[in-house]
Amino acid sequence: MERVDYDKYLRTSRIPHLWCPGCGHGIAMKSIIRAVDHAGWTKEDTVWVSGIGCSGRITGYVDFNTLHTTHGRAIAFATGIKLANPKLNVVVVTGDGDGIAIGGNHLIHAARRNLDITVVLLNNNIYGMTGGQCSPTTPQGAMATTAPYGNIEHPFDIASVVAACGGNYVARGTVYNVNELEKLMRQAFLKHGFSFIEVMSPCPTAFGRRNKLKNSIAMMKDLKERSISVKKAKDLTDDEREDRIVSGVLLDREKVEYTDMYRQLIEQLRGS
Amino acid sequence: MGTEQKLVPRLLTGNEAVALAAIEAGARFFAGYPITPSSEIAETLSRELPKVGGVFIQMEDEIAAMSAIIGASLAGVRTLTATSGPGFSLKQEAIGYACETEVPCVVVNVMRGGPSTGLPTLPAQGDVMQAKWGTHGDHPAIVLCPERIDDAWRLTLRAFNIADKFRTPVILLLDEIVGHLTEKLELPLKQQPKLFDLPAAPSKEGYLPYRFGGDFPPPLIPVGQGVPYHVTGLLHDETGFPTNDPDLAERNARWLVDKVEKHKDELADFETDGVEDCDTLVFAYGGCARSARGAVKMAREKGLKVGLFKPITLWPFPEKELQEAAKTAKRVVVAEMNLGQMAHEVEWALGRRIPIVLHSKLGGEPILPSEILATIEGRD
Repeated sequence: MERVDYDKYLRTSRIPHLWCPGCGHGIAMKSIIRAVDHAGWTKEDTVWVSGIGCSGRITGYVDFNTLHTTHGRAIAFATGIKLANPKLNVVVVTGDGDGIAIGGNHLIHAARRNLDITVVLLNNNIYGMTGGQCSPTTPQGAMATTAPYGNIEHPFDIASVVAACGGNYVARGTVYNVNELEKLMRQAFLKHGFSFIEVMSPCPTAFGRRNKLKNSIAMMKDLKERSISVKKAKDLTDDEREDRIVSGVLLDREKVEYTDMYRQLIEQLRGS
Repeated sequence: MGTEQKLVPRLLTGNEAVALAAIEAGARFFAGYPITPSSEIAETLSRELPKVGGVFIQMEDEIAAMSAIIGASLAGVRTLTATSGPGFSLKQEAIGYACETEVPCVVVNVMRGGPSTGLPTLPAQGDVMQAKWGTHGDHPAIVLCPERIDDAWRLTLRAFNIADKFRTPVILLLDEIVGHLTEKLELPLKQQPKLFDLPAAPSKEGYLPYRFGGDFPPPLIPVGQGVPYHVTGLLHDETGFPTNDPDLAERNARWLVDKVEKHKDELADFETDGVEDCDTLVFAYGGCARSARGAVKMAREKGLKVGLFKPITLWPFPEKELQEAAKTAKRVVVAEMNLGQMAHEVEWALGRRIPIVLHSKLGGEPILPSEILATIEGRD
């Protein structure tokens, strides 16, 4: 694969970024940049929209049209942008707190509408920015600052939730397997219709240290060991699949897209 | 102005007038969520917007609707949403985002009884202060309040113009009375809206999307037009990037309010009737102004020197204009469907020089002209 000139896509004056050592978000950012480059999208025609949290800061570092919006609402802002100018490529970068907890309603409805945007959800299983509170993807039993006796809640399998809601493309990858991650992102970007990619990204600072994964190496090893392909996961029982990260394409279809439907409606009304 | 021709004259409700005037103003994007008593605005626009190539979308909640119109506005389209009390509360965080990111948009709030679910189908004016202070932090507020259908039409046109000129959200504050009453609208309007001249698109060379100072903010270059810049709800510098520099942060925060305050006089809008020699000045706005007119007429027929002051721009509050109208007044009767939200403002504006008598009603029934007359006469 041809080497990508990252500086072309970065606001180098805004670097160094604020993510902690060992955080996976920088790796994810580079994967998104490579995928954008390989998809042939230009800076001018591409809008990145983020919400609040560690994932939200990504829009400050990439040199595109960028929106750093309110907590949980990035998809709703992106919906307005895409409907106002369907020619723009719109990418939402969100996190497990931002995108599943406070913003979960917008995620399921954007998928249902099959609006042609891509949502990249950086899942680090924790609220990192605010200091390690449990999130909707914190595993049961894991320690968090708001689960001092271990988390008693069940986590979301958010990729499966989104696939059940609609959309044309759903995938899951990890920042350990960056080659696969970039491939999945490129497919998501080029897919016409709603596409969603869940990216498992380690947070050594707020999650790992409290959960026997004391540094980034331990967390990367954990990602590697728990990952399993969609194909291989089919042979596992539900219990066996419980702690695994099922990676790859979970949904790929061609349902009619929202802005196309709306354009048809306008043409029909104006023609009559 | 092709639409105007087709509309002359016709019967419209306040909600329909707002919806159709929005299209006349060039609005091409509406995102909303069903809520009484504002839903007819969404319904009308769902029918009319696609006919003119615009987009209507019913979002999953009030917050999403507010967020979507900000996104669409950044992409270069005139946008609006419509709601009522509970929904207006939900939108407040995003309204603050639009203030901080200087994104023009129009937010219609058709007031109903509150707090909470309150009186969903009945009128009130309890959101006057929410319209000014609803979101957190210091921020600008421009709030326009119609009394009649022609007002609703004219103020809708003005709201979009002001939003673009000041790059800030403009609140159109109706109450259920004005939203649901039906009146004849005659076009062209007898009284044209006061509009600001909008500048041509700025040069893309060295574009500073968030210049502080100057008379007005620089016009917005929509996203996707070749000038990639950053938009954030964090306090930021003139390029749009977040800053922790205390001086820059303070300049950013002050600019948002200053840009509106320094044009207070041009934003002021009001109507008066018989204030030249009045002993009693009646202060009323929105649906209550209709009853106040009746009360003033009845009082004058009885030989009482009574005048009316109706603010149309509620915020910034037209204090100089009120002071002028109250010059001869020995007392002011404020008639409003809340517990005196504006009465306090009137008292402050007049420096507690003369007594302020509050006539308020909360139960969902309009204030009657005879009731205001009783207060004028000191019979209540």
